[in-house]
Order: sequence, then structure tokens, then C-alpha cells
Amino acid sequence: MSLFRFAAPPEFYRLAGKAVPAFGVVSGLLAAIGLYLGFFVAPTDAQQGEVYRIMFVHVPAAWMAMFIYLVMAFWAALGFILNTRISAVMANALAPTGALMAFLALWTGALWGRPAWGTYWDWDARMTSTLILLFLYMGFMALHGAIEDVRRADRAAGLLALVGVVNVPIIYFSVQWWNSLHQGSSISLGRAPSIAAPMLAAMLVMLFAFWAYCIAATLTRARAIVLERERDAEWVRASLAISQ
Amino acid sequence: MIAPLLAVVRRDLLLALRQRGDVLNVLLFFVVVVTMVPLGVGPELPILRMIGAGSVWVAALLASIVSLQRVFAQDHLDGSLEQLLLSGQPASVVVIGKVLAHWLVTGAPIALAAIPIAVLFDLDTDAAATLVAALVLGTPALSLIGAVGAALTLGLRGGGVLVTLLVLPLTVPVLIFGSAAVQASAAAMSAGADLLLLGGLSLAAAALAPWAIAAALRISLE
Repeated sequence: MSLFRFAAPPEFYRLAGKAVPAFGVVSGLLAAIGLYLGFFVAPTDAQQGEVYRIMFVHVPAAWMAMFIYLVMAFWAALGFILNTRISAVMANALAPTGALMAFLALWTGALWGRPAWGTYWDWDARMTSTLILLFLYMGFMALHGAIEDVRRADRAAGLLALVGVVNVPIIYFSVQWWNSLHQGSSISLGRAPSIAAPMLAAMLVMLFAFWAYCIAATLTRARAIVLERERDAEWVRASLAISQ
Repeated sequence: MIAPLLAVVRRDLLLALRQRGDVLNVLLFFVVVVTMVPLGVGPELPILRMIGAGSVWVAALLASIVSLQRVFAQDHLDGSLEQLLLSGQPASVVVIGKVLAHWLVTGAPIALAAIPIAVLFDLDTDAAATLVAALVLGTPALSLIGAVGAALTLGLRGGGVLVTLLVLPLTVPVLIFGSAAVQASAAAMSAGADLLLLGGLSLAAAALAPWAIAAALRISLE
């Protein structure tokens, strides 16, 4: 039950304020370690040379893009079940970070694809479904932005996230099937079956760095949204006056 | 449950019959959009044969979504949508009736209109028959998914563009299996698997979408 205490905006605001610097520092440290491992410790790839190192940004971004959509849908569902204000705030705060991750994954993928496959874009199943995922994030933000009444916007966008999360696996598998039907792809994303241990270590460290960054960025945005929504509340005036 | 469902269907069909122009406009929209494709691509028949199915599906998608916007918007404006939801009947039943009526006046005519359209793209008889079958099986899913978007954007500024943005990514599976069926049939392979999957998508949408549509309408009418 004590967890619900943090569903109250003032408590949430205070706790998130403490968590943001912590996750930010952790993210910075892990990114420094991960990039060091990735650039200096991990060996050169036998087939791709140095260019594979973009993987240390690309793979975590792609994972976070997918994972954040699930988390967003989870908060949306929680918002419907418990009707807490913070749930919708969290879903809203997650969407831009998720879209950023999907965009990063596509962008780094294109930069990687050019030297590795000779093309920026190949209608590969994973690329296509990441693009559609980006569209779903955009749709979520567009719907929320189009509705002036915040409560209605929260609920409508939340419902859209839930409809989307049911659809994501169907879209993923249909795109995979579509791709295999249309062309026998001569190039595939799959690299050598096993990757060297230092590569894996660097990638995992980078994944945790991305994870911490996403938490920090989301909580920062959530704090801003809470302030905006509660701008008439006494505690907001009080806490802003103190910090000035 | 069946009586109110039929009543809603009858009412919406009657409204459509009284406003025949609107129904014909959707059909015309579909035909005109499809006709633009060869004009943009060029008249080479082998290319048109390849892209025919996809073009027809994209046009059907747009026609279905654009026209759905109207179904709820009109009833919303004159207040009858609220009356329907307050009528004591399950909202999902009312919603199924409205979507079914919409499909009868858009999805079904579009499937029929695809027969002459198939000639424009030089599809053979088998491929044309498969196209019609695929449209019959797939357009219910388009109407159902589109209705979720239409209900969410009810009464919003620029709702038409927004609903397309929300709904199109969700209709990717229908598009893929719909045109894959025709391509399989044009290549003298069996389109059975694609048609079954299309039917499956429509059934899954029929099972899940009415609740989402009803919830979306309640949110929009709050």
C-alpha cells in the first residue's frame, strides 16, 4: 500500500527529483565505461572491421524503443485500472523518449547499413517494424496534443497505446512474413552467431547506460508535466518559491 | 441483443440511402485514387500488374478511414450518438451495428468496384477473384480498426488527418496479407493461407475492437 503514496503528485515530484540526478550520474558513468569497452577493448570484427562498433549505440536504442512502448502501455493500463494521475503523466513522459530511441535505432541502423550492406535502407522486417513503431509513438503524441482537455487527452492516448500494444506483435510477424515473401534477402541483420565476450560486455553496459538515461529523461519530463498540471496547487507554489 | 443491433444497422442504412451522394462519393474516391496510380507510375502493364493489388488496398484503406470519420461525427453533432449510448443497450452492440452498417455501404461496394479496377491493372481472372475475396474478408478489419480511431478523434480539429495518422500503422497486417493473397494468386500459387489470415484478422478485430470503440466513444463524450 505504501507504494501508492508516490501516486500523489507532491510525493512523486519529490522522489523523482531525487532519482533524476542519481540515474543521470549512473547513465553517464556506464556510458563512459561502455564506450571505452566498445572502442578500445572489444576486438575488430573479422568481417565488418571497425564499423560494427555502431552496434553499441544501435542495439540498446532498438531494445529501448520496443521496451518503452510496453512500459508506456503498462502505465496507460494502470491509469485505466487505478485512475491515478501519475500513471498518465508517466505514459506521456515516456512517449518522446521512446520515439527518440526508435529514431536513433533507425538512424544508426542506416549509418551502419551503408558500409555494411551498401544501402541506407533495406525493407528488412526489423527496420520496417521499428519505423512503424516510430509512427505509433508519433500517433500517441499527436492524439494527446490534439485534445485540449487534459483528462480526455490522457484517456484517449492511453486507449490508443493499449490498442497499439495488442497490434505490435501482429504487425511484427506480418512484416516479417511480408519481407520473406517479397525478396530473398541476400543480406541479413544476423551477424556471426557468437559475438566475442568483450563485445557482449560493452553492449550490456551500454544497454544499462541507455536504461538509466531513459529513466532520468522520463522522470525529468514527468516532473515538468506534474508542475504544469498542478500549477494552481499550493505545494507547487511553495516548492517553487523555496527553490528560487 | 440482436434486435437493437439490427435496429442500429437499419437506421444507419436508411440514413445512407437518404444521403446516397455521400455513399457514392466514397466509392468515387476509391476509384479516382486507384486511377491516379497508373498515371503516376506509367502505363507499362507488367509493372501495373505487380503493383495493382497494393494500390487497390491502399485506396480501400483510405476510402474506408476517411468515410468512417463521418459516421460518428454526424451522430455526434445532432446528439443521437449520446442517445444511442444512453439507450440502455450495451455500447459494444450499438457500435457493432454502426460499424456493420458502415461496412455494408463502403467495404462491400469497394470489393465490387474492384472487379472493373482489376481490369485497369491487367489482373487475370484468378487474381481478380482473389482480390475481391481478399477485400470482402479484409475490409471488415479496416472498418473496425478505423472506427477506434474515429471514436478517439471525435469532434477534434483536423480530425481527418489525425485519424489517418493513428489508424494507418495499425492496418499494416491487413494491407500485407491482402496484397500478398493477390500476388500469390497472380503467380499461380494458392492464396488460401493469406485469405485465412485476413479472415482471422477480421474476426480478431470483431472480437476486440467493439470494446475499444465503445470505450473511446465514452472518453470522447465525457
